[in-house]
Amino acid sequence: MTKTAAPPPDLAVTIGGLRLRNPVMVASGTFGYGVEYADVMPLAELGAIVVKGISLAPCAGNATPRLVEVPGGLVNAIGLQNPGVEGFIAQYMPFLRRRAVPVVVNIWGRRIEEYAEVAARLDGVPGVHALEVNISCPNIKDGGHVFGTRLDAAAAVVAAVRANTRLPIMPKLAPNVSDIAAFAQAVEAAGADAVALINSYPAMVIDVETRRPVLANVSGGLSGPAIHPIAVKLVYEAARAVQIPVIGIGGVSGPREALEFLIAGASAVQIGSANFGDPAVAGRVIEGIADYMRRHAMSSMRDLIGSLNVL
Amino acid sequence: MQLETSTVMEHELAGGDYRLLTLASQRIADAVLPGQFVSLGLAAPADAILRRPFSVCDAGAGRLTILYKPVGRGTRAMLALRAGDSLSLLGPLGHGFPMPPSDAAQPPLLPVLVAGGYGVAPLYLLARRYPRRGLLFVGGATGRDILMTSAFAALGWEVHVATEDGSLGEHGRVTTPLDTWLAACEVDAKHDFFACGPTGLLHAVAQRAAAGGQRAWVSLDRHMGCGVGACLACVQRLNNDGEKVWGRVCKDGPVFDAARIVWE
Repeated sequence: MTKTAAPPPDLAVTIGGLRLRNPVMVASGTFGYGVEYADVMPLAELGAIVVKGISLAPCAGNATPRLVEVPGGLVNAIGLQNPGVEGFIAQYMPFLRRRAVPVVVNIWGRRIEEYAEVAARLDGVPGVHALEVNISCPNIKDGGHVFGTRLDAAAAVVAAVRANTRLPIMPKLAPNVSDIAAFAQAVEAAGADAVALINSYPAMVIDVETRRPVLANVSGGLSGPAIHPIAVKLVYEAARAVQIPVIGIGGVSGPREALEFLIAGASAVQIGSANFGDPAVAGRVIEGIADYMRRHAMSSMRDLIGSLNVL
Repeated sequence: MQLETSTVMEHELAGGDYRLLTLASQRIADAVLPGQFVSLGLAAPADAILRRPFSVCDAGAGRLTILYKPVGRGTRAMLALRAGDSLSLLGPLGHGFPMPPSDAAQPPLLPVLVAGGYGVAPLYLLARRYPRRGLLFVGGATGRDILMTSAFAALGWEVHVATEDGSLGEHGRVTTPLDTWLAACEVDAKHDFFACGPTGLLHAVAQRAAAGGQRAWVSLDRHMGCGVGACLACVQRLNNDGEKVWGRVCKDGPVFDAARIVWE
């Protein structure tokens, strides 16, 4: 009797009604609008692309320097530079629409009404599959982070976006809150289809010779391997607190970190800073997850998601 | 833009603390144009997140050379690279110097290259490929910062050197011999400037070009994140028909028309 090979594991997941061929996305701000990396990372292989944060009007972002490497991470204060929602649709959607990749648009505003307007404008735009609601950028003085660190404000933003779009919406949470479960529950109650975490951790670097902050914005957000264990704990707590899917973000630079998020209860992951070091890292992570599932005789993502053994 | 695994072929001293690193590259070396750069994905330091960008100094026949000085964590770790080591190579990246078509009816204007220290790197590839020989003005803090002048001379280019400590060439900045030469030019002489070096040097070249009604192309050196235009870390203010806009040094540059730069 010949032995038949086991069928390849099915990596597909469904996030708020949006079916992804695998659970690996690239994170907002680290993959531009896809066109920048398409030569070396075929977009159609990704679970989804989350594009750079979009606001109602164009935004110039912060002064430079905007980015500094630290051991195990990056501290950035780009300041959400973007061409505005109309510029984004005109400049980038024609390219993205031709690629067989789900497009998640990260949106942000300085006022709740701006989030609502951007959401309304993107509703029905061909090729836009979901909205990631950024309520956690540490680099915008008003708005952004303010919404992500106050429960009532976080819920209000999500409710306003919900009322203005039929697209799946996934708020992106800040890590520096005292009770992540409460935030996850608040946005779930406000109508979120999924919840993504974490954004970068507020951070600061000083040049001791000049005694000046290295970043023009004084402070920024820490990302990369340095924040990964922090993110795993927060994802674990959020996943236990809500029914909607959780998306794990923070320091994924290979299959192992992605698997940690999935085992902790995330239904999908995003790769951020690691794209800069290896533009093809997402492909490696997807392959590594499939290898792991084969080794552990898992046939679908259901076998993997939330499979943590806690004594 | 391509991503490939490359092998170290040679790693040698270039004078002073500077090193020339030559890599075997199947596809990128033959595609790179003068002024473009590549980024290296290094195995060390292990906790580094970013690739390291370098102007291409020479390229062709499946080989690509960069010139670097060990100044930071990445470049100091690169000192350990040996022939046969492999590393990740991404490129060609960015937009380089405009090159006149080789079949043009009129010869191009006289090319005048101005470099500070290892700013000679992208200018060497330009000199190798430019359809007309010209002049190189190169400055540095000391004679140990003056690199590759014999290589330019071997191509038939006229080389002028200045050092701030006077240890090699004229005493002073690179603008000292440049200004002497400009003063001796015919009033209506036309030439094109190509410059790479510290911002002060680039600004000085831009001012001289503007004063003389000449064109200048400058290669900016900025701390980069992704190197491909995605992260928006290395932006530069540009004039765009009277409006100030951000240009991405890695993607829209690193070479810009000096008249477009907002000097701050």
